[in-house]
Amino acid sequence: MAEQIVSPLPGTFYRKPSPDEPNFKDEGDTVAVGDVIGLVEVMKTFNEVKADKAGTIASFAVDNEEAVMAGQPLVELG
Amino acid sequence: MAISKLLIANRGEIAVRIIRAAQALGIRTVQAHSMADADSLAVQMADEAVNIGPPHAAKSYLKVDAVLEAAKSSGADAVHPGYGFLSENAAFAQAVEDAGLIFVGPKPETISRLGDKAAARAAAEAAGVPTVPGSAGLIDSVEAAREAAERIGYPVMIKASAGGGGRGIKIAENADELAKLVSQARSEAQAAFGDGSLYMEKLVRNARHIEVQVLGDGTDAVHCFERECSMQRRRQKVWEEAPSAALDDAKRQAICTSAVDLARSVGYRGAGTLEYLYDDASGAFYFIEMNTRIQVEHPVTEMITGIDLVQEMIRIAAGEKLRLKQSDIALKGHAIECRINAEDPSNGFMPAPGTVERLVVPEAAHVRFDTLLYEGYTIPPFYDSLLGKLIVHGPDRATAIDRMAAALDGLTIEGFKTTVALHKALAQSADVRANAIHTQYLEPWLEAHPIPS
Repeated sequence: MAEQIVSPLPGTFYRKPSPDEPNFKDEGDTVAVGDVIGLVEVMKTFNEVKADKAGTIASFAVDNEEAVMAGQPLVELG
Repeated sequence: MAISKLLIANRGEIAVRIIRAAQALGIRTVQAHSMADADSLAVQMADEAVNIGPPHAAKSYLKVDAVLEAAKSSGADAVHPGYGFLSENAAFAQAVEDAGLIFVGPKPETISRLGDKAAARAAAEAAGVPTVPGSAGLIDSVEAAREAAERIGYPVMIKASAGGGGRGIKIAENADELAKLVSQARSEAQAAFGDGSLYMEKLVRNARHIEVQVLGDGTDAVHCFERECSMQRRRQKVWEEAPSAALDDAKRQAICTSAVDLARSVGYRGAGTLEYLYDDASGAFYFIEMNTRIQVEHPVTEMITGIDLVQEMIRIAAGEKLRLKQSDIALKGHAIECRINAEDPSNGFMPAPGTVERLVVPEAAHVRFDTLLYEGYTIPPFYDSLLGKLIVHGPDRATAIDRMAAALDGLTIEGFKTTVALHKALAQSADVRANAIHTQYLEPWLEAHPIPS
Protein backbone atom coordinates (compact mmCIF):
# COMPACT_ATOMS: atom_id res chain seq x y z
CA MET A 1 0.00 0.00 0.00
CA ALA A 2 1.31 3.40 -0.98
CA GLU A 3 2.63 5.56 1.80
CA GLN A 4 2.54 9.34 2.06
CA ILE A 5 4.53 12.13 3.61
CA VAL A 6 2.16 14.76 5.01
CA SER A 7 2.60 18.42 5.87
CA PRO A 8 3.14 18.93 9.61
CA LEU A 9 1.83 22.51 9.43
CA PRO A 10 -0.65 24.64 7.51
CA GLY A 11 0.98 27.08 5.12
CA THR A 12 2.62 27.33 1.73
CA PHE A 13 4.64 24.43 0.31
CA TYR A 14 7.94 25.05 -1.46
CA ARG A 15 9.87 22.36 -3.32
CA LYS A 16 13.17 24.28 -3.44
CA PRO A 17 15.25 26.16 -0.86
CA SER A 18 15.09 29.38 -2.92
CA PRO A 19 13.68 30.30 -6.33
CA ASP A 20 17.06 29.94 -8.10
CA GLU A 21 17.97 26.55 -6.67
CA PRO A 22 17.01 23.03 -7.76
CA ASN A 23 14.22 21.05 -6.08
CA PHE A 24 15.04 19.26 -2.85
CA LYS A 25 13.65 16.06 -4.39
CA ASP A 26 12.11 15.02 -7.69
CA GLU A 27 9.85 12.21 -8.75
CA GLY A 28 11.79 8.93 -8.87
CA ASP A 29 14.27 10.04 -6.17
CA THR A 30 14.72 7.81 -3.15
CA VAL A 31 14.24 9.36 0.29
CA ALA A 32 15.64 8.25 3.63
CA VAL A 33 14.04 9.10 6.96
CA GLY A 34 15.11 12.65 7.84
CA ASP A 35 15.67 13.83 4.25
CA VAL A 36 14.26 17.28 3.56
CA ILE A 37 11.56 17.07 0.89
CA GLY A 38 10.44 20.71 0.97
CA LEU A 39 9.63 23.76 3.07
CA VAL A 40 6.35 24.95 4.53
CA GLU A 41 6.09 28.68 5.11
CA VAL A 42 3.80 29.53 7.97
CA MET A 43 3.35 33.15 9.04
CA LYS A 44 6.53 34.23 7.25
CA THR A 45 8.64 31.49 8.89
CA PHE A 46 10.10 28.65 6.83
CA ASN A 47 10.03 25.14 8.28
CA GLU A 48 11.75 22.09 6.74
CA VAL A 49 9.55 19.10 6.00
CA LYS A 50 11.51 15.93 6.67
CA ALA A 51 10.57 12.47 5.48
CA ASP A 52 9.27 10.34 8.35
CA LYS A 53 9.48 7.19 6.22
CA ALA A 54 11.83 5.91 3.51
CA GLY A 55 10.94 5.02 -0.06
CA THR A 56 10.88 6.25 -3.64
CA ILE A 57 8.89 9.34 -4.62
CA ALA A 58 6.08 8.27 -6.97
CA SER A 59 4.55 11.73 -7.20
CA PHE A 60 4.11 15.11 -5.52
CA ALA A 61 0.55 15.66 -4.37
CA VAL A 62 0.88 19.47 -4.33
CA ASP A 63 2.64 21.93 -6.59
CA ASN A 64 5.39 24.33 -5.65
CA GLU A 65 4.04 27.41 -3.79
CA GLU A 66 0.65 25.80 -3.24
CA ALA A 67 -1.32 26.28 -0.02
CA VAL A 68 -1.46 23.19 2.22
CA MET A 69 -3.32 22.23 5.39
CA ALA A 70 -1.75 20.39 8.32
CA GLY A 71 -1.95 16.63 7.62
CA GLN A 72 -2.38 17.11 3.87
CA PRO A 73 -0.32 14.62 1.79
CA LEU A 74 2.66 16.22 0.02
CA VAL A 75 4.35 13.16 -1.45
CA GLU A 76 3.17 9.71 -2.51
CA LEU A 77 5.84 7.06 -2.01
CA GLY A 78 5.90 4.19 -4.50
CA MET B 1 -17.74 64.65 4.40
CA ALA B 2 -16.12 64.16 0.98
CA ILE B 3 -15.81 60.44 1.72
CA SER B 4 -18.99 58.39 1.83
CA LYS B 5 -17.65 54.88 1.12
CA LEU B 6 -14.20 53.67 2.14
CA LEU B 7 -12.38 50.61 0.78
CA ILE B 8 -10.08 48.94 3.31
CA ALA B 9 -7.05 47.58 1.44
CA ASN B 10 -5.68 45.58 4.35
CA ARG B 11 -6.60 42.76 6.69
CA GLY B 12 -6.41 41.62 10.31
CA GLU B 13 -6.71 43.83 13.35
CA ILE B 14 -5.97 47.07 11.50
CA ALA B 15 -8.83 46.42 9.04
CA VAL B 16 -11.14 46.03 12.04
CA ARG B 17 -9.73 49.23 13.54
CA ILE B 18 -10.28 51.22 10.32
CA ILE B 19 -13.86 49.92 9.96
CA ARG B 20 -14.64 51.09 13.50
CA ALA B 21 -13.25 54.56 12.76
CA ALA B 22 -15.22 54.79 9.51
CA GLN B 23 -18.42 53.70 11.24
CA ALA B 24 -17.94 56.38 13.89
CA LEU B 25 -17.71 58.95 11.09
CA GLY B 26 -20.83 57.61 9.34
CA ILE B 27 -18.84 56.27 6.37
CA ARG B 28 -19.84 53.01 4.66
CA THR B 29 -17.09 50.38 4.41
CA VAL B 30 -15.96 47.88 1.80
CA GLN B 31 -13.50 45.21 2.91
CA ALA B 32 -11.12 43.96 0.19
CA HIS B 33 -10.09 40.43 1.15
CA SER B 34 -8.21 37.39 -0.11
CA MET B 35 -9.86 33.98 -0.41
CA ALA B 36 -8.26 33.00 2.92
CA ASP B 37 -9.90 35.94 4.72
CA ALA B 38 -13.51 35.43 3.61
CA ASP B 39 -14.51 34.54 7.18
CA SER B 40 -12.44 37.28 8.86
CA LEU B 41 -13.89 39.61 11.49
CA ALA B 42 -13.28 42.60 9.20
CA VAL B 43 -15.36 41.03 6.41
CA GLN B 44 -18.16 40.37 8.88
CA MET B 45 -18.11 43.94 10.19
CA ALA B 46 -17.86 45.79 6.88
CA ASP B 47 -20.98 46.82 4.95
CA GLU B 48 -19.64 45.05 1.86
CA ALA B 49 -16.80 42.72 0.97
CA VAL B 50 -14.93 42.11 -2.30
CA ASN B 51 -12.76 39.07 -3.00
CA ILE B 52 -9.51 40.31 -4.56
CA GLY B 53 -7.71 37.00 -5.12
CA PRO B 54 -5.87 33.96 -3.77
CA PRO B 55 -4.46 33.69 -0.22
CA HIS B 56 -0.89 34.77 -1.01
CA ALA B 57 -0.53 38.49 -0.46
CA ALA B 58 1.42 38.83 -3.73
CA LYS B 59 -1.72 37.67 -5.54
CA SER B 60 -4.23 39.72 -3.54
CA TYR B 61 -3.32 42.40 -0.96
CA LEU B 62 -0.22 43.46 -2.90
CA LYS B 63 -1.91 43.53 -6.30
CA VAL B 64 -2.52 47.14 -7.24
CA ASP B 65 -4.89 46.30 -10.12
CA ALA B 66 -7.04 43.95 -8.04
CA VAL B 67 -7.38 46.45 -5.18
CA LEU B 68 -8.21 49.32 -7.55
CA GLU B 69 -10.78 47.21 -9.37
CA ALA B 70 -12.43 46.38 -6.02
CA ALA B 71 -12.59 50.09 -5.18
CA LYS B 72 -14.14 50.98 -8.52
CA SER B 73 -16.62 48.08 -8.72
CA SER B 74 -17.87 48.74 -5.19
CA GLY B 75 -18.30 52.46 -5.79
CA ALA B 76 -15.88 53.44 -3.01
CA ASP B 77 -14.61 57.01 -3.13
CA ALA B 78 -11.56 56.48 -0.90
CA VAL B 79 -8.98 53.79 -0.06
CA HIS B 80 -7.36 53.23 3.34
CA PRO B 81 -4.14 51.20 3.00
CA GLY B 82 -3.57 50.40 6.72
CA TYR B 83 0.06 49.41 7.46
CA GLY B 84 2.34 47.07 5.52
CA PHE B 85 1.12 45.76 2.12
CA LEU B 86 0.60 48.78 -0.23
CA SER B 87 0.57 51.44 2.49
CA GLU B 88 3.95 52.96 1.57
CA ASN B 89 3.83 52.20 -2.13
CA ALA B 90 3.89 55.55 -3.95
CA ALA B 91 2.84 53.96 -7.27
CA PHE B 92 -0.28 52.58 -5.58
CA ALA B 93 -1.14 55.94 -4.01
CA GLN B 94 -0.69 57.54 -7.45
CA ALA B 95 -2.88 54.90 -9.12
CA VAL B 96 -5.62 55.54 -6.55
CA GLU B 97 -5.49 59.28 -7.24
CA ASP B 98 -5.33 58.73 -11.02
CA ALA B 99 -8.53 56.70 -10.72
CA GLY B 100 -10.18 59.78 -9.20
CA LEU B 101 -10.28 58.31 -5.69
CA ILE B 102 -8.94 59.59 -2.37
CA PHE B 103 -5.86 57.88 -0.89
CA VAL B 104 -5.97 58.03 2.92
CA GLY B 105 -2.33 59.00 3.39
CA PRO B 106 0.30 61.40 2.15
CA LYS B 107 0.72 62.58 -1.42
CA PRO B 108 2.49 59.99 -3.64
CA GLU B 109 5.54 62.24 -4.00
CA THR B 110 5.85 62.55 -0.20
CA ILE B 111 5.78 58.75 0.12
CA SER B 112 8.59 58.34 -2.44
CA ARG B 113 10.66 61.15 -0.99
CA LEU B 114 10.50 59.93 2.60
CA GLY B 115 10.78 56.28 1.54
CA ASP B 116 14.21 56.98 0.03
CA LYS B 117 16.75 56.85 2.87
CA ALA B 118 19.12 59.43 1.42
CA ALA B 119 16.32 61.83 0.44
CA ALA B 120 14.67 61.50 3.87
CA ARG B 121 17.99 62.21 5.57
CA ALA B 122 18.52 65.26 3.38
CA ALA B 123 15.00 66.49 4.18
CA ALA B 124 15.71 66.05 7.90
CA GLU B 125 19.00 67.94 7.68
CA ALA B 126 17.35 70.74 5.73
CA ALA B 127 14.71 71.02 8.48
CA GLY B 128 17.42 71.15 11.16
CA VAL B 129 16.62 67.69 12.53
CA PRO B 130 19.69 65.78 13.77
CA THR B 131 20.57 62.58 11.89
CA VAL B 132 22.99 59.81 12.83
CA PRO B 133 26.51 61.20 12.16
CA GLY B 134 28.13 59.38 9.25
CA SER B 135 30.51 59.59 6.32
CA ALA B 136 29.50 62.08 3.65
CA GLY B 137 28.74 59.50 0.98
CA LEU B 138 30.88 56.44 0.26
CA ILE B 139 34.34 55.90 1.72
CA ASP B 140 36.88 55.11 -0.97
CA SER B 141 40.07 54.59 1.07
CA VAL B 142 41.27 53.63 4.53
CA GLU B 143 42.60 57.19 4.90
CA ALA B 144 39.19 58.67 4.08
CA ALA B 145 37.57 56.24 6.51
CA ARG B 146 39.98 57.33 9.26
CA GLU B 147 39.25 61.01 8.70
CA ALA B 148 35.50 60.41 8.73
CA ALA B 149 35.72 58.29 11.89
CA GLU B 150 37.70 61.01 13.70
CA ARG B 151 34.95 63.46 12.88
CA ILE B 152 32.07 61.07 13.79
CA GLY B 153 33.69 59.65 16.93
CA TYR B 154 34.30 55.97 17.76
CA PRO B 155 32.78 53.39 17.86
CA VAL B 156 31.68 53.46 14.22
CA MET B 157 29.75 51.04 12.05
CA ILE B 158 31.11 50.18 8.63
CA LYS B 159 28.18 49.32 6.41
CA ALA B 160 27.91 47.82 2.95
CA SER B 161 25.87 50.05 0.63
CA ALA B 162 24.26 46.97 -0.89
CA GLY B 163 23.56 45.39 2.50
CA GLY B 164 20.45 45.85 4.62
CA GLY B 165 18.57 44.36 7.53
CA GLY B 166 21.74 44.26 9.60
CA ARG B 167 23.81 42.37 7.01
CA GLY B 168 27.31 43.48 6.12
CA ILE B 169 27.89 45.61 9.23
CA LYS B 170 31.20 45.77 11.12
CA ILE B 171 32.03 47.71 14.26
CA ALA B 172 35.36 49.48 14.77
CA GLU B 173 36.31 50.72 18.25
CA ASN B 174 39.48 52.57 17.19
CA ALA B 175 41.68 53.54 14.24
CA ASP B 176 43.66 50.27 14.20
CA GLU B 177 40.52 48.15 14.01
CA LEU B 178 39.11 50.50 11.41
CA ALA B 179 42.05 50.00 9.04
CA LYS B 180 41.71 46.22 9.24
CA LEU B 181 37.93 46.12 9.02
CA VAL B 182 37.55 48.51 6.10
CA SER B 183 39.49 46.28 3.70
CA GLN B 184 37.85 43.15 5.11
CA ALA B 185 34.37 44.70 4.79
CA ARG B 186 35.11 45.78 1.23
CA SER B 187 36.06 42.29 0.02
CA GLU B 188 33.18 40.67 1.91
CA ALA B 189 30.66 43.12 0.48
CA GLN B 190 32.10 42.53 -3.00
CA ALA B 191 31.70 38.76 -2.54
CA ALA B 192 28.27 38.85 -0.88
CA PHE B 193 26.54 41.62 -2.83
CA GLY B 194 28.73 42.08 -5.93
CA ASP B 195 29.32 45.66 -4.74
CA GLY B 196 32.18 46.65 -2.44
CA SER B 197 30.92 50.19 -1.66
CA LEU B 198 31.02 51.12 2.00
CA TYR B 199 29.81 53.96 4.17
CA MET B 200 30.14 54.69 7.85
CA GLU B 201 27.81 55.65 10.69
CA LYS B 202 28.24 56.37 14.37
CA LEU B 203 27.32 53.40 16.57
CA VAL B 204 24.92 54.37 19.37
CA ARG B 205 25.31 51.67 22.01
CA ASN B 206 22.24 50.60 24.00
CA ALA B 207 20.10 53.01 22.01
CA ARG B 208 16.43 53.42 22.68
CA HIS B 209 13.86 53.49 19.87
CA ILE B 210 11.74 56.58 20.29
CA GLU B 211 9.23 57.73 17.67
CA VAL B 212 7.03 60.77 17.37
CA GLN B 213 3.44 60.67 16.09
CA VAL B 214 2.50 63.56 13.83
CA LEU B 215 -0.64 64.66 12.03
CA GLY B 216 -0.43 67.04 9.08
CA ASP B 217 -2.93 68.52 6.66
CA GLY B 218 -0.46 69.31 3.88
CA THR B 219 0.29 72.76 5.29
CA ASP B 220 0.31 72.66 9.05
CA ALA B 221 1.38 69.82 11.36
CA VAL B 222 1.14 68.91 15.05
CA HIS B 223 2.68 66.17 17.17
CA CYS B 224 0.84 63.81 19.52
CA PHE B 225 3.91 63.15 21.66
CA GLU B 226 6.23 60.17 21.46
CA ARG B 227 6.24 56.41 21.93
CA GLU B 228 9.10 54.24 23.11
CA CYS B 229 9.44 50.87 21.36
CA SER B 230 12.84 49.66 22.60
CA MET B 231 11.57 46.19 23.48
CA GLN B 232 12.24 44.36 20.23
CA ARG B 233 12.98 40.84 19.07
CA ARG B 234 14.59 40.44 15.64
CA ARG B 235 13.80 44.09 14.94
CA GLN B 236 10.11 43.48 15.58
CA LYS B 237 8.49 45.56 18.26
CA VAL B 238 7.07 43.52 21.13
CA TRP B 239 5.99 45.98 23.85
CA GLU B 240 5.39 49.71 23.31
CA GLU B 241 4.75 52.64 25.60
CA ALA B 242 3.69 56.27 25.47
CA PRO B 243 5.21 58.52 26.53
CA SER B 244 8.87 57.47 26.82
CA ALA B 245 9.88 57.37 30.49
CA ALA B 246 13.48 58.06 29.38
CA LEU B 247 12.74 61.68 28.39
CA ASP B 248 12.34 64.69 30.63
CA ASP B 249 10.00 67.50 29.59
CA ALA B 250 12.69 69.57 27.90
CA LYS B 251 13.99 66.63 25.86
CA ARG B 252 10.42 65.63 24.97
CA GLN B 253 9.75 69.15 23.75
CA ALA B 254 12.94 69.14 21.66
CA ILE B 255 12.36 65.80 19.95
CA CYS B 256 8.64 66.39 19.29
CA THR B 257 9.27 69.89 17.95
CA SER B 258 11.93 68.53 15.57
CA ALA B 259 9.36 66.04 14.23
CA VAL B 260 6.85 68.82 13.55
CA ASP B 261 9.56 70.87 11.83
CA LEU B 262 10.29 68.01 9.43
CA ALA B 263 6.60 67.18 8.82
CA ARG B 264 5.86 70.85 8.04
CA SER B 265 8.90 71.23 5.80
CA VAL B 266 7.70 68.40 3.53
CA GLY B 267 4.03 69.50 3.58
CA TYR B 268 3.06 66.25 5.26
CA ARG B 269 -0.56 65.11 4.94
CA GLY B 270 -2.12 62.46 7.17
CA ALA B 271 -0.78 60.47 10.12
CA GLY B 272 2.94 59.74 10.18
CA THR B 273 5.69 58.63 12.51
CA LEU B 274 9.26 59.84 12.76
CA GLU B 275 11.64 57.27 14.19
CA TYR B 276 14.65 58.30 16.27
CA LEU B 277 17.56 56.63 17.99
CA TYR B 278 17.97 57.99 21.50
CA ASP B 279 21.31 57.83 23.28
CA ASP B 280 20.64 57.60 27.02
CA ALA B 281 24.27 58.34 27.88
CA SER B 282 24.48 61.67 26.05
CA GLY B 283 20.81 62.59 25.70
CA ALA B 284 21.32 62.98 21.95
CA PHE B 285 18.61 61.95 19.51
CA TYR B 286 19.00 61.14 15.83
CA PHE B 287 16.31 60.91 13.15
CA ILE B 288 16.38 57.56 11.31
CA GLU B 289 13.32 57.46 9.06
CA MET B 290 9.72 58.44 8.68
CA ASN B 291 6.87 55.97 8.26
CA THR B 292 4.18 57.50 6.10
CA ARG B 293 1.22 55.51 7.42
CA ILE B 294 -0.67 54.57 10.58
CA GLN B 295 1.46 52.32 12.81
CA VAL B 296 0.62 49.12 14.67
CA GLU B 297 1.29 50.81 18.02
CA HIS B 298 -0.82 53.93 17.40
CA PRO B 299 -3.28 53.05 20.24
CA VAL B 300 -0.83 53.99 23.02
CA THR B 301 -0.77 57.50 21.59
CA GLU B 302 -4.57 57.54 21.45
CA MET B 303 -4.74 56.47 25.09
CA ILE B 304 -2.53 59.33 26.37
CA THR B 305 -4.00 62.07 24.16
CA GLY B 306 -7.64 61.03 23.70
CA ILE B 307 -7.25 61.57 19.94
CA ASP B 308 -8.64 59.00 17.49
CA LEU B 309 -5.76 58.98 15.00
CA VAL B 310 -7.53 56.82 12.40
CA GLN B 311 -10.58 59.11 12.36
CA GLU B 312 -8.30 62.14 12.10
CA MET B 313 -6.41 60.72 9.12
CA ILE B 314 -9.69 59.98 7.32
CA ARG B 315 -10.94 63.53 8.00
CA ILE B 316 -7.69 64.97 6.65
CA ALA B 317 -7.89 62.77 3.54
CA ALA B 318 -11.42 64.10 3.00
CA GLY B 319 -9.92 67.58 2.79
CA GLU B 320 -10.49 68.89 6.31
CA LYS B 321 -7.90 71.13 7.92
CA LEU B 322 -6.27 69.98 11.16
CA ARG B 323 -8.91 70.26 13.87
CA LEU B 324 -6.38 70.39 16.67
CA LYS B 325 -3.88 73.06 17.53
CA GLN B 326 -0.74 71.97 19.34
CA SER B 327 -2.02 73.66 22.49
CA ASP B 328 -5.15 71.45 22.35
CA ILE B 329 -3.09 68.27 22.62
CA ALA B 330 -2.23 67.30 26.18
CA LEU B 331 -0.36 64.29 27.48
CA LYS B 332 -2.26 62.45 30.17
CA GLY B 333 -0.91 59.45 32.11
CA HIS B 334 0.92 56.50 30.62
CA ALA B 335 -0.09 53.75 28.17
CA ILE B 336 1.41 50.35 27.30
CA GLU B 337 0.68 48.00 24.41
CA CYS B 338 1.61 44.30 24.23
CA ARG B 339 1.55 42.62 20.85
CA ILE B 340 -0.22 39.27 21.13
CA ASN B 341 1.15 36.99 18.41
CA ALA B 342 0.33 33.40 17.40
CA GLU B 343 3.84 32.27 18.35
CA ASP B 344 5.17 29.86 20.95
CA PRO B 345 7.62 31.77 23.18
CA SER B 346 8.69 28.50 24.83
CA ASN B 347 9.77 27.12 21.45
CA GLY B 348 11.81 29.77 19.66
CA PHE B 349 8.71 31.86 18.84
CA MET B 350 7.59 29.25 16.33
CA PRO B 351 4.41 30.45 14.60
CA ALA B 352 1.44 28.43 15.87
CA PRO B 353 -1.78 29.23 14.04
CA GLY B 354 -4.93 27.29 14.89
CA THR B 355 -8.61 27.66 15.73
CA VAL B 356 -9.84 29.89 18.57
CA GLU B 357 -11.54 27.54 21.00
CA ARG B 358 -12.15 30.09 23.72
CA LEU B 359 -11.65 33.85 23.94
CA VAL B 360 -12.07 35.93 27.09
CA VAL B 361 -11.13 39.60 26.90
CA PRO B 362 -10.56 41.64 30.07
CA GLU B 363 -13.02 44.50 30.37
CA ALA B 364 -12.24 47.72 32.20
CA ALA B 365 -12.33 51.40 31.37
CA HIS B 366 -8.54 51.57 31.11
CA VAL B 367 -8.15 48.41 28.95
CA ARG B 368 -8.49 48.07 25.18
CA PHE B 369 -7.99 44.99 22.97
CA ASP B 370 -7.67 45.59 19.22
CA THR B 371 -7.97 42.18 17.61
CA LEU B 372 -8.95 40.04 14.63
CA LEU B 373 -10.05 37.15 16.87
CA TYR B 374 -13.47 35.66 17.55
CA GLU B 375 -14.40 32.26 18.96
CA GLY B 376 -14.42 29.56 16.29
CA TYR B 377 -12.14 31.54 13.93
CA THR B 378 -9.30 29.63 12.24
CA ILE B 379 -6.19 31.80 11.81
CA PRO B 380 -4.92 31.58 8.21
CA PRO B 381 -1.19 30.70 7.98
CA PHE B 382 -0.42 33.05 5.07
CA TYR B 383 0.07 36.35 6.88
CA ASP B 384 1.95 37.69 9.89
CA SER B 385 1.32 36.30 13.35
CA LEU B 386 -0.23 39.41 14.99
CA LEU B 387 -3.55 38.46 16.60
CA GLY B 388 -4.21 41.55 18.59
CA LYS B 389 -2.87 44.28 20.81
CA LEU B 390 -3.63 44.55 24.49
CA ILE B 391 -3.47 48.19 25.56
CA VAL B 392 -3.81 49.69 29.03
CA HIS B 393 -3.72 53.21 30.43
CA GLY B 394 -2.83 54.39 33.91
CA PRO B 395 -2.16 57.66 35.69
CA ASP B 396 1.55 56.78 35.79
CA ARG B 397 3.90 54.14 34.39
CA ALA B 398 4.00 51.91 37.49
CA THR B 399 0.21 51.75 37.60
CA ALA B 400 0.07 51.06 33.87
CA ILE B 401 2.46 48.09 34.31
CA ASP B 402 0.32 46.76 37.18
CA ARG B 403 -2.78 47.13 35.03
CA MET B 404 -1.07 45.38 32.13
CA ALA B 405 -0.17 42.46 34.41
CA ALA B 406 -3.82 42.24 35.53
CA ALA B 407 -5.14 42.57 31.97
CA LEU B 408 -2.81 39.79 30.77
CA ASP B 409 -4.17 37.57 33.56
CA GLY B 410 -7.68 38.37 32.37
CA LEU B 411 -6.96 37.54 28.71
CA THR B 412 -7.68 33.93 27.71
CA ILE B 413 -6.99 32.66 24.19
CA GLU B 414 -7.35 28.89 23.88
CA GLY B 415 -6.65 26.73 20.84
CA PHE B 416 -3.00 27.58 20.10
CA LYS B 417 0.11 29.13 21.64
CA THR B 418 0.43 32.91 21.97
CA THR B 419 2.99 35.38 23.30
CA VAL B 420 0.87 36.20 26.37
CA ALA B 421 3.33 34.23 28.55
CA LEU B 422 6.23 36.42 27.36
CA HIS B 423 4.37 39.59 28.30
CA LYS B 424 3.46 38.24 31.73
CA ALA B 425 7.18 37.62 32.37
CA LEU B 426 8.12 41.09 31.10
CA ALA B 427 5.49 42.76 33.30
CA GLN B 428 7.19 41.17 36.34
CA SER B 429 10.74 42.06 35.27
CA ALA B 430 12.62 44.52 37.47
CA ASP B 431 14.44 45.97 34.44
CA VAL B 432 11.13 46.68 32.70
CA ARG B 433 9.82 48.34 35.85
CA ALA B 434 13.00 50.43 36.06
CA ASN B 435 12.82 51.12 32.29
CA ALA B 436 16.44 49.90 32.10
CA ILE B 437 16.03 48.60 28.55
CA HIS B 438 17.24 49.31 25.01
CA THR B 439 16.76 47.86 21.51
CA GLN B 440 19.30 45.06 22.08
CA TYR B 441 17.92 44.15 25.51
CA LEU B 442 15.24 41.55 24.87
CA GLU B 443 17.10 38.84 22.96
CA PRO B 444 19.86 38.24 25.57
CA TRP B 445 17.19 38.49 28.29
CA LEU B 446 15.23 35.70 26.60
CA GLU B 447 18.39 33.56 26.50
CA ALA B 448 18.75 34.01 30.25
CA HIS B 449 15.03 33.79 31.06
CA PRO B 450 13.46 31.08 28.88
CA ILE B 451 9.65 31.24 28.86
CA PRO B 452 8.23 27.97 30.23
CA SER B 453 5.62 26.19 28.11
